Amino acid sequence: MAQGFVSQSGQGLINLNHPDHYFHWGFLLISLANLVVIAIMLALFILAIALPFLPSTSLPNREKDQGDHQEDAAAGSTWTGRLRRFGLRYLPPNKLLPDTQPAYVASWVYVFGVLTIGGLVMVIVTGLLLAIAGPAWWHFSPLGRFINSMHLWSVELFMGFMAIHLWGKYWMSAWRGKRQLTWITGVLAFLVAIFEAFTGYLSQTNFDSQWIAFESKDAFNAGGIGAFINPMNFGQALMLHISLLPLVLIVIAGLHVLLVRIRGVVPPAEAGPQDLLGEDQGAMDPEVGQ
Amino acid sequence: MKGQLSGRERSQLEAVHWRGPLRHYDILKEATIAVGIVLVLVLLLSWVFSSPDQPPVTLRQWAQAQPTGFSQTALSELAGTSDSAQYGPPYNSGSQETQSLGPISPERLFGVRIPVNSAQAFVLRPLASLPATPKLRAALRSWAAASRAQRRRWVAAEQRALSGRRLASALPRSAPGAGPLPELLGQLLSMARSGALDAQLVAQGNFYTTNYTKPLLFLGDSWKAQKSKSYWGELVTAGHLRSSQWGVMNETGSWPGQPWLWLYTMWYQLPTNAPLSTSPNGDIAVLAIMSVLSLALLLVPFIPVLRDLPRWIPLHRWIWRRYYRQAKAEAGGRGSR
Repeated sequence: MAQGFVSQSGQGLINLNHPDHYFHWGFLLISLANLVVIAIMLALFILAIALPFLPSTSLPNREKDQGDHQEDAAAGSTWTGRLRRFGLRYLPPNKLLPDTQPAYVASWVYVFGVLTIGGLVMVIVTGLLLAIAGPAWWHFSPLGRFINSMHLWSVELFMGFMAIHLWGKYWMSAWRGKRQLTWITGVLAFLVAIFEAFTGYLSQTNFDSQWIAFESKDAFNAGGIGAFINPMNFGQALMLHISLLPLVLIVIAGLHVLLVRIRGVVPPAEAGPQDLLGEDQGAMDPEVGQ
Repeated sequence: MKGQLSGRERSQLEAVHWRGPLRHYDILKEATIAVGIVLVLVLLLSWVFSSPDQPPVTLRQWAQAQPTGFSQTALSELAGTSDSAQYGPPYNSGSQETQSLGPISPERLFGVRIPVNSAQAFVLRPLASLPATPKLRAALRSWAAASRAQRRRWVAAEQRALSGRRLASALPRSAPGAGPLPELLGQLLSMARSGALDAQLVAQGNFYTTNYTKPLLFLGDSWKAQKSKSYWGELVTAGHLRSSQWGVMNETGSWPGQPWLWLYTMWYQLPTNAPLSTSPNGDIAVLAIMSVLSLALLLVPFIPVLRDLPRWIPLHRWIWRRYYRQAKAEAGGRGSR
């Protein structure tokens, strides 16, 4: 870690440790910081749709995945052989780690999926670094404070990118073509991430976590969840935050990514039949695709 | 660009492998660049803005800042009138905070799972742990031996002595008719001001602990009774953290909080005739609303109108404008042949 990044006071270049400005319109009340985050997210979404994507050369589709995995009789009838055939059938290497993708995947809005993964990687790495030295380390160590800051901003970016990804996929109707499970796993990941982030806020061991734990217990109790998950039990919140929930989130996010690889990126709504059927069949009728 | 495929045919075809034109792509390169971009952004944001870390409130700070406020809360614990004493499941058999949605009350269903006896846990047991002076021992014995009616009379007398005083003022010199209460409350206040009560409430007889339920419930009882005048309430209100201030979205200082909780907290803020923020069943109502909405988001692909909106508001034409332009040009080319 570059020493220059870590100030001895734990403060950043810009001191945000003062009361925020709040905007009040009717029943709406929002802090400047939250307003800026939401405004940036909306701006990124609009820019991602509006800005022209990088130029690329269109390649003919040779459908080279067909038959790649057909000859696997040598695997025999063992369960490992059957599992291998099953895996190759649904996820051949050129789907798992492709070197081409459909030409229509040409918009900046697509980058928010992989940026979400990038955010998740950073959340996990910084979380692991915090875990090494324990939950109280960051309160009295400038380096610890910096790692905690990285963890916080990773979470803000992860959640922000995921929300923009979700907006984009909604407007693409990305569940089309038997991709409903891809959508469902994505939304599940979003919901689990919200709960995971919440347990992180409970685990800060500061004023914020203290208040959130007390205030949220009524909702937990009202729903009956409080009988099993007590937000004022710091140990329980921390263990959920660093073990069970990350595991669940990683499994769901992994499943989501695998489903995207298996089903492919959803084709454009109203895509021409020549692209869906193949050039020979789709181009027979000149009316089709107009 | 309307094809001659039925909806069912189109759905079948959209599920199979893409047969149209491709472009070069390197998934590992893309992932590496994405992680790199996030790393740079995270380093930059952490360097420029750091992160919030306002220290937690202690019972010691509270007792030092508001001796009367602290003692009023302790008295309510002994009297059994505090929020925690009357809360209901999962802490005890009260009903003050028990919520239901029609006939359904999950709290009652699961019963008392985290037993809390407020008078014992917050006042009597901590006092019993102090080095026993004859006066304190006598006061504890006197309270334990008193009838309910006698305790009520003592509590009423102590409440008269404490009422009308500023929360930050010192305890009254005398409380006529309050029996052992001035001694009990005075000793508890001294214990809290020394910091010993913080340790006692967290430890509860154990060396290792990670559970802060009891000190938080005790501290929270002051907030429930005295609201924004309480020590904790003053800090929370100033920080815009109250639920009526969209608090779950907010963070201490000027950092962004959890803006993704906007929809959850919005239901508490709606200016209706019976706002959910003051409804006795507000939390369970909001939970029910959010459960339905989460389920709806999960099942968007199967819900008419929700799944049709992207077709009616064709933002996708912008997203795939390059594809549509090329497809139109190719179709035009085929038509002219």
